[in-house]
Amino acid sequence: MKIVVCVKQIPDPASPYQLDPESYFVVRPNDQVLDDTDRYGVEVALQLSDELGEDASVTLLSMSPGGSQQGIRQALAMGADGAILIEDETLRGADALTTSQILAAAATRAEADLLIAGTESTDGYTGVVPQQVAEIMGVPALTFARKVEHVDGKLRIERQTQAGYDVVEGALPAVLSVTSGVVEPRYPTFKGIMQAKSKPVETLTAADLGVTAKVSQKIVSVEEVEGRQAGDIIEDDGEGYLRIIEKLEEVKVV
Amino acid sequence: MKTWVFSTESDGEAAGSALEALTKARDFGGELGAVLVGEGSEAALAQLGAHGATTVLHAADNTSSGVIAAGVAAAVEAEQPDLLIFGMGNLDRDVAGRLSARLGKPILANAVDITEDGGTWRVASEILGGSTMVVTEFAGGSPAIVITRPKVFAAEPSGGGTPTVTAMDTPDIGHADAVEVLSQHAETSEGPDLEAAAIVVSGGRGMGDEARFGALNELAGILGGAVGATRAVVDAGWVPYSLQVGQTGKTVKPDLYVACGISGAMQHLVGMKDSTTIISINKDPEAPIFGISDLGIVGDVHTVVPALVEALKARG
Repeated sequence: MKIVVCVKQIPDPASPYQLDPESYFVVRPNDQVLDDTDRYGVEVALQLSDELGEDASVTLLSMSPGGSQQGIRQALAMGADGAILIEDETLRGADALTTSQILAAAATRAEADLLIAGTESTDGYTGVVPQQVAEIMGVPALTFARKVEHVDGKLRIERQTQAGYDVVEGALPAVLSVTSGVVEPRYPTFKGIMQAKSKPVETLTAADLGVTAKVSQKIVSVEEVEGRQAGDIIEDDGEGYLRIIEKLEEVKVV
Repeated sequence: MKTWVFSTESDGEAAGSALEALTKARDFGGELGAVLVGEGSEAALAQLGAHGATTVLHAADNTSSGVIAAGVAAAVEAEQPDLLIFGMGNLDRDVAGRLSARLGKPILANAVDITEDGGTWRVASEILGGSTMVVTEFAGGSPAIVITRPKVFAAEPSGGGTPTVTAMDTPDIGHADAVEVLSQHAETSEGPDLEAAAIVVSGGRGMGDEARFGALNELAGILGGAVGATRAVVDAGWVPYSLQVGQTGKTVKPDLYVACGISGAMQHLVGMKDSTTIISINKDPEAPIFGISDLGIVGDVHTVVPALVEALKARG
């Protein structure tokens, strides 16, 4: 089974994001990190692959300026076999649908039986890419999985719902989207980190995949929002709870 | 002008997001319709009608998202709506994503406002935890597909009657039966409704573990509030998803939000930053939650919360 996992390289969320003042696109530094929410998809893929043995492979799929490929190497260090990187200046600022067309074309080209993705990225939050990719590939999608099992050649998941969860089963090929509660991702070992440096990363362009980036949405303005101001931030000296009570009195809760 | 909104149905009620969207869509005038996935109860239809929908395209519960998207796409081609509004629910996102790909039209998500000017649709959305507002214009022709954030538009009835219902055609998409729901499970939580509560006591990873997270139930009980949680806590399995506050959970705007052991990831802040008063307790002085707190206590939740509970109890 060929498992392809979507991973995104994003600017480190710990440092402030910068927007290009002209294009309004997020400025992408050379060193980008693996989106934390993607580690879960990688772990699910590795566990399925371990279970299936030699007949399975795990390939990472990413669309972004490659830069130092730090984020991709992080995921390779977890144990993936290789990566496909779509790097193309014409895709800068691509919308979710263009991204999905690229990912679907690359997954089809890689003959993926299963495409795994997180439910949404940490920097964009559109949260519809897995579904768009499934539609373009013409396959079913198992989405919002908080548990994944491989049962008799099918995938059985617990799909997170507003009321609780549904147990849903689906045949392959399929797209699977996972929450960050699905598994506990492994930390790369030293050996994994060393091996990641020599794992194959295939670089493709939009043209290689026969996809032309279309401009179907345009940012017209970006403004800082007048945010709420921080109030009193105090060090607890053992009587911090009294300050909370004062505040509760002030807002007439007690 | 023609706008359609998407609604799921639960216990005979239309989705709150759909009623909010219908109310907003009345600003644009013209014809309002809804796509309803569920039982199609009289009560749900009446709610949609009362908020302005005159037509409803109905699909039965458990129809696969691929089939619903194909059914809506066929209806879109026949009826040519200008604007389609979805909520943040899982089925909303499943159908919106597939529909967008099927129609070859983009989606603008996380909308906090929608405007129309001379046939051009614009969507305002907050990024970077709500610190920055971006306005984006659709440049790919109609329909414009928008996913809105909860509670940005207030639902108000317009006094409309029962809408005309049409059963959705369910085209053969080849893989409709590939996914099967084997069973459905409810995970209930006690206490007041999180979305409606005037006071919310919320906890993050900093609460340590499931047992110690339970201390927040007592505090919430004393204050007469509801308990909420961060995504990390839900993912760790300490509490059910129905308690999650944030980007992909509930959006709350209580009078008082007490954040315990919550650092304030962007995806959490967007779900609670519009609370009237925010009190936070966290041991890390650099925690982003302090940046939006009216009162921040830099300290250990495991000492501050019990001391607070005892003091409040002593007051009776």
